[in-house]
This record gives sequence, C-alpha cells and structure tokens, in this order.
Amino acid sequence: MKNATAFQEKTLTQIDTKWRFVHWRSAILYLLPSMILFSVFLFYPLGKTLYLSFFLTDQQGVANVFVGWENYQYILQAESFHKSIKATLLFVLYTVPTGILISLFLALLANEKLKGVGFFRTIYSSTMGVSVAASAVVWLFIFHPSMGILNQLIASVGGTSIDWLLHPDWALVSVAVTTIWMNIGFSFLIILGGLQNVDEHLYESAKISGAGYFYQLRRITIPMLSPTLFFVVTVSLINAFQTFGQVDILTQGGPSESTNLIVYSIYREAFVNYQFGTASAQSIFLFLCILIVTILQFKFGERKVHYQ
Amino acid sequence: MRVFRPIITYVLLIITAIIVFFPLVYAFFISFMSGSELLQGKFIPESFHLDNYKKAFERLPLAHYLWNSFFISTVVMLGQLLVSALAAFAFVFIPFKGRNIVFFIFISTMMIPWEATMIPNFITIQQLDWINSYQGLTIPFFAIAFGTFLLRQHFLTIPKELKEASDIAGLRSFKFFWKVVIPYSRTSFVTLGAYGFLTTWNMYLWPLLVTNNDDVRPVQIGLKQLQTQEMATDWGVVMAGVIIVIIPTLILLFLGQKQLQKGLAQGALK
Repeated sequence: MKNATAFQEKTLTQIDTKWRFVHWRSAILYLLPSMILFSVFLFYPLGKTLYLSFFLTDQQGVANVFVGWENYQYILQAESFHKSIKATLLFVLYTVPTGILISLFLALLANEKLKGVGFFRTIYSSTMGVSVAASAVVWLFIFHPSMGILNQLIASVGGTSIDWLLHPDWALVSVAVTTIWMNIGFSFLIILGGLQNVDEHLYESAKISGAGYFYQLRRITIPMLSPTLFFVVTVSLINAFQTFGQVDILTQGGPSESTNLIVYSIYREAFVNYQFGTASAQSIFLFLCILIVTILQFKFGERKVHYQ
Repeated sequence: MRVFRPIITYVLLIITAIIVFFPLVYAFFISFMSGSELLQGKFIPESFHLDNYKKAFERLPLAHYLWNSFFISTVVMLGQLLVSALAAFAFVFIPFKGRNIVFFIFISTMMIPWEATMIPNFITIQQLDWINSYQGLTIPFFAIAFGTFLLRQHFLTIPKELKEASDIAGLRSFKFFWKVVIPYSRTSFVTLGAYGFLTTWNMYLWPLLVTNNDDVRPVQIGLKQLQTQEMATDWGVVMAGVIIVIIPTLILLFLGQKQLQKGLAQGALK
C-alpha cells in the first residue's frame, strides 16, 4: 500500500513537472514575437541611447570618443536647451488642463439623453481622425498673416492683426491651440466612455433627494469619473512631451527657438546637426521626465482616484 | 428650469460643434477656391469644381502615397493584432512560472517614450538597409503593450470551462487560440485594429526619418511636401491634399466610433 502511494505521488510529480515544462515552452512561443520586438526596438535602443549619451559620435552615429558626463554638462549649460525645457513645460501647462476641461465639457453635453446627440458625438470625436500633418496644415492657414480667418476676423472689427506664428510670444500659444484641437477627439471619446459607465442609480437617488445639476456633477459625476480623468491626464501629459509634427509644420521650432519643444530639439540635434551624443543626452532627459511624470501620477494621483 | 434645460443644452451643443468642426469645414471650402478668391478673403467658394484636386494629384504622386499609407497601415494593424493576441493568450490561458515578471516587463514598456529611442532605431534600420522599405516602416511597430492589455482584458471574460472542455477534447492550445479565442473576442479585435490603423496612418516623425524618396513614402509626408512646395502660391491645392488625406480616416472613425469608444474606455479603466 505504502509503496503504491509513493509510486502514485512520484508519477504525479513527474506529470506535474512535465506539464510545467510544456506550459513554459508554449508560453515562450506565444510571447516570443513581443519579446523579440521589444528587445530590438525598445530595450536595446534605450540602452544604446544611454551609451551614446556618454560619447562623441561621427555622422553615421558610431561612438568615437568617451566623454563621460560632458554631453550632459553641455546641454545643461546650453541656453538653447534651457529654452527648449522652458517651452516644453509651458506647452504642457497650456495644453493639458485646457484640453481636458474642454473635452470634459463636451462629453458632459454629449452625455445628455437628447434626440440627435449621436450626431454631436460624431462631430466632437472627428478630430481623432485627422492626422497631425493635416491638422497642422489647416491651422497654418488659419494663422496665415493676411488670408487666415483669425486675422480677417480681427481686421473686420478694426483690430490690428497678430503675427500668430512669427511672434515669439504668440507662436507657442498658436501651437498649443492647434494641439488642443487635435487632442479633443481622443479625450472626448475616453471621457464619454467613462461617463456612460457611471451607475444610473446614483443619479436617481440624488434626484429624489432634490440635488441640483451642479451638486450632482461635483458629488457624483466627477468622483465616479476620476479613474478616467486620471488616465486622460496621464496620456495627455505624455503626448504633450512627445509633440513633434505640429512644430515641424507650423514653426520649425522658431521664432527665436520659442517653440523648440524637446522632441523637436532632439530631432534637430541628431538629424540636422548630426550631434548624436548630445541628442542622446537630451533623449535620456526626456525619458526621465516621462518616467517621473508617470511615477508621480501613480503615486499621488491614484490615491485621490475613486474606483467603483 | 425643466423646460429650459434641453434648450440650453441644444444651444451649447450646436455652438461647440460649430467651433470644433470649423477648421475642417474651412479646409473643405478652401480646397475649392482659386488663388484670387483666396486673396479676396472669401469664405464660401464660388463653385465646387475639382481643379485643385486634379492639380494635387498632378504635382505629387499622391495616389502612390495613398497606396503606401494604406498598405503600411494595414500591415501594422495585422501585425499588432497577431503579436498582441499571442502575448495576451499566454497571459490568460497558460499558467507558467514568471508570468508576473513578464507582465511587469510589458507594463514597463509603456513608460519608454518612443522618441527617446529613435536615434538607435534609426541606426538599426540603416544597418539593416531598411531605409525606404516597407519593413522599416512596419515591423518596429508590431509589438504594443496597450494592444496586449486590451485583448487580455477581453480574453479574461472567456469562460474557463471553454478552455477545460477544449483540453479534454484534446485540442492543441494553438487550435483553441485560433478556433475559440479569436472568434469570441471579435469586438476587441475590431477596436484594436481600428486604433492601430488610425495611429499608423497618422504617423509622421518616423516616416520623415526613414524615407527619403517616393518609393514607400506615406501620404502624411506627401502633405508636408505639398505644403512646402505650394504654400506661397496655391493654398487651394494644399487644402485639397488635406481633404484627400483625412477622408479615409474620418470614414473609418465614423464607422467605428462606438466600438472605439467602448474599447478604449475598457483598455483605460481595467
């Protein structure tokens, strides 16, 4: 009897080990495509960027001379990089809160149960289908000094026209307006999805107790929406740090570097000036910025978020 | 108050819709205008003729660019669906050691901005001789953690009994994946597919780096070319280009809007 149990146990563990091996092998097969692609096009290049940031390179991007922290010292002292950081932070400040407030407002409107509201939802989400290049070209004309609609409107009420894209103070605002418009579609769709997930019963009981619209908004809608808003804030922040196409088409970083956002600065340093070393140092800086934003968001944001 | 509320809402809906949609209507109108009409500062064109559209196709190989964009977007979409589905399947249906660690690695990829890796990626593509090739524009984008999460979320709703039944029936796991899991999760495949197609169609920086002739150049870069060539002279032609570029994605968006909204919200929240 004893022997039989021992035998059974032995075969069971054997089967168990065998299955574990089979599982492990098939898991690897299923995960292999992702793992290879992530390694080749994400983890390896991140490491390589870090490596390059300590070197001087030639035009082909071959690391020649080890310079230690010099690239970092150089960019941290360079006035143009300071400008770029300042422009990027200002840009984040201009686009993220405004963009989310507008999208939230539109989503609240489009969440009302009215006839024909689907049409408005389609209109609001439409900017998601418009590419960066197309949006930027359209807005380039809207900002056109003489023919653009903005200056024509200003002229028709007798004001003096504004050099939207040519004046250092206005250029960043103009790029920000374009970006807010472009991002409305995506944020709107996400927030609307969040609103539709809010439990109807909560509103019914609030109505019975006679709570007004804004009271409901503050006490039910916003708290219930907080996970969605949290997500939209994170995505918008990261997107703002990664802005490139609008800048390339609208201003090329000018005038006097006032719209030289960080990704545009990296692009110019690497692919126009062929300074791969300093461009890599800037890339690492960008990576750290986004890393910190994400961590802070999860650390502080998550606590205030209310999950259903 | 009860009577006024729908009226106020409708008024706000209409005003905001006009503002949000205005740039597209504006571009549409300008695409029918001649240079002199524009100089007069008109808003509505005299007639809706297609001259500017014809010119846009004559000045640049736009049809070829459109085909390139369509091909690249379709390939990336299919690649993302396949690669993400395979990974999501492993996370849901195969209990293996180290699953949590691998999952954490997947999450961490979302924190690496793609722009921070573009310099070595460009060098890699150059060394592989993939500049001006479809491979260079598609393969680097096949793996996305977001896609894996979205599909994983849906796979988790598949009843475990289905998996057990298929195990008993002796179905190989790949057959289960192909015959049961994929048909069951069709809706989230549509969402992820639409998302992948849209984002690839709209890609700008990467094609700017890895294409320097017309062979595989997508239409977004063509639009930039059109804008730099024609800016001073013929805005009507440029706007015709804009309308040509946005029509496919707008149609896709209008068709898949409900899907996309549901799917993205799911991916965002869970």
